[in-house]
Amino acid sequence: MNIIGKKYWYFAISLFVLVPGLIALFLFGLNRSIDFSGGSRITLTFKSRIFKETTKTIQKELTKEQVKDVSLQASGNTVIVRSSPITEAQHATLLQDLHKDFGAFREDAFETIGPIIGSETTINALKAIVVASILIILYIAWSFRKVPRPASSVRFGVCAILALVHDVLVVVGIFAILGHFFRIEVDSLFVTALLTVIGFSVHDTIVVFDRIRENLRRMGGMPFDQVVNASILQTLDRSLNTSLTVLLVLLAMLLFGGESIRWFIIALLIGIVSGTYSSIFNASPLLVLWHELSLKRKKNI
Amino acid sequence: MIRNPRTLFFIIIALTIIVLCVNLPQVTTLSIHSKIPLVNKKVDIQKTVGFNPYFFLKPLGANASFGFKKGLDLEGGTSITFKADMKNIPQDRRDDALVAAKSVIETRINLFGVAEPVVQTAVSTNDYRIIVDLPGVTDVNKAVNLIGTTAQLSFWEQAASASAEALSQTASPSAYPKGIVQTIGEVAKPTDLTGNDLQQTSVVFDPNTGKPQVQLNFTSDGAKKFADITKRNINKIVAIVLDNQVVEAPRVSQAILTGNAVITGNFTPESARTLATELNAGALPVPLSILEQHVIGPTLGSESLQKTLFAGILGFIIIIVFMCVLYGRLGIIASVALCIYTLLTLAIFKVSTLTPYGITLTLSGIAGFILSIGMAVDANILIFERTKEELRRGRTKPIAIELGFSRAWESIRDSNIATLITSTILYMFGTGLVKGFALVLAIGVLISMFSAIIVTRTFVRLIYGGDSLKREVRHS
Repeated sequence: MNIIGKKYWYFAISLFVLVPGLIALFLFGLNRSIDFSGGSRITLTFKSRIFKETTKTIQKELTKEQVKDVSLQASGNTVIVRSSPITEAQHATLLQDLHKDFGAFREDAFETIGPIIGSETTINALKAIVVASILIILYIAWSFRKVPRPASSVRFGVCAILALVHDVLVVVGIFAILGHFFRIEVDSLFVTALLTVIGFSVHDTIVVFDRIRENLRRMGGMPFDQVVNASILQTLDRSLNTSLTVLLVLLAMLLFGGESIRWFIIALLIGIVSGTYSSIFNASPLLVLWHELSLKRKKNI
Repeated sequence: MIRNPRTLFFIIIALTIIVLCVNLPQVTTLSIHSKIPLVNKKVDIQKTVGFNPYFFLKPLGANASFGFKKGLDLEGGTSITFKADMKNIPQDRRDDALVAAKSVIETRINLFGVAEPVVQTAVSTNDYRIIVDLPGVTDVNKAVNLIGTTAQLSFWEQAASASAEALSQTASPSAYPKGIVQTIGEVAKPTDLTGNDLQQTSVVFDPNTGKPQVQLNFTSDGAKKFADITKRNINKIVAIVLDNQVVEAPRVSQAILTGNAVITGNFTPESARTLATELNAGALPVPLSILEQHVIGPTLGSESLQKTLFAGILGFIIIIVFMCVLYGRLGIIASVALCIYTLLTLAIFKVSTLTPYGITLTLSGIAGFILSIGMAVDANILIFERTKEELRRGRTKPIAIELGFSRAWESIRDSNIATLITSTILYMFGTGLVKGFALVLAIGVLISMFSAIIVTRTFVRLIYGGDSLKREVRHS
């Protein structure tokens, strides 16, 4: 099987998945939860299904309290109210009024996040992703420092990072689409998923790079792209199996697990699938591409 | 390092037994209520069944009951982040002020009887915060009132009019608490009697009206000061000021030497108790404002928890089946190692609750733990695939196994370090919820490295030992 030979196909597939997501990201941005934008969120569970009149009444009560930026999302017996921050006094009055309107219901959660914390969480999230990526490049560069020519440790590091960035963008892009069309929110748990995906994507990539390094030592004479291809084929079983165990566990959690972490699990699933794909079909071919380009440059001098 | 697989094996078995004990459920009580027919007697048996697995710890003096520390999202409760307004405190006293505020809050919460509260401080360039987690408390209003009120008590009297000394001691009228001018007059000054002079504050009920009142008992110094104040203000009004607002302005009829005062006011039993608690705990050195608050009801979390645990167990079984199908006997060994890994990690979570660094399990933390189970097998797969390869190249079994372990170690180390790096970053940059996940993931990774390398290798060596084992025994 010649994977390296068909590398342009695989790059094309990657682009095919990335581009819609990126377009959505630029056009719509991410649907940020109050963790990032600040605001209040109330989760109410009623005894029976939510109908239009229910939401209208809730809306009316909120307007009476002069609460701004209200958006309601109902599913089954639960309705989630999002708005700009409301005070405890408004909250108490609101609950009283709603009890008068609807009798008994259960307030599952009430959260208020001030704007300071909101923007802080956003900045921290971005910082975390950038710092983690940099540290990982440095670690790979250090760990692969003794790799024989023609590959240099910097190349390993950068290609790993490119694969990693690919994975992050795939997940973010898909959630931008989901956010716009299905109102799926992005919260701090999503950032956690991203960082876990980063760790895992590199995990996968290192398995392949490790083999390339070993083969370069052993098959030094052969052309670079053949060494890389052989390495990929040798590690295919390993890569797929290690990812498979994690994916199976995640699938079990997705199908049978709790509601509140559902999108967290989905983000992890998408990220890890993408991570496996990028380690095999992106990271190593990129190494070869770099090698070819540097050879061409040397020829042209 | 201990080289002999037999020794390692027994150490591992011992460890497993300890870990099993930590994880076992406690003593259960069996109770039977029924009627014996014919005799018509009632039978009521309550027998204690099961064993106390901690009996071996008793000699060590430990009376521990190991349980998990559940996060707010599983248990339900309130979490509030306060910002301390430090504008009246000089720069070098700010850290102390924050610590003082924290201990006042802790005292108040303890006096009020909240179980297992968590109060933390966080400082970042001029931003001083206090984060309060109250498991089981769902009335935010009550929590905020209890914690957020500064509760600074002071007593004000009329100043001798227009003397230079009086004016220099007086705060300027704009800084007067609300209601001073109406009660005392144009010129008032604070006395030296403050909340610090309180020995004890309690709630009493007026014998005539039955209304709740707050009784102040001063310390001996305070009683002296109070006696002086009442002596020099006979037939005048003395204002009791709480947090910049006059709450009581009695006319002094006689000098009070007993060191007691009563605030009547418009109290409900609840608000009287709150005020008494605050005064007993002491005043907050700085005012607080709310930055964010979360109130989570317990039902939301527990439903998700059940489902996620079920999914986790399912995933565990799937992995074991997977490993055995793919790798045969080696797979079974890996599965045993996986079980030990799970028990060990759970035990660490439980035991950590005894230390000040208790690990709080949130729903995402549990997801992270389940994830780490999936990743724990990773290392085993790397080793086994490598072993298969060496076998294909024609090596003998024991040597292939040894090579499998040693060659795979580099990959395992590198890839797990990457996950550890991201866990560290998550821990540093994340809030409470995220921190829990990061910690669980990091511990999972570390223990999984141990279980894959040491545990699996020991079992494998013991079973397939052959040459390598003989060689080692000859050396020792």
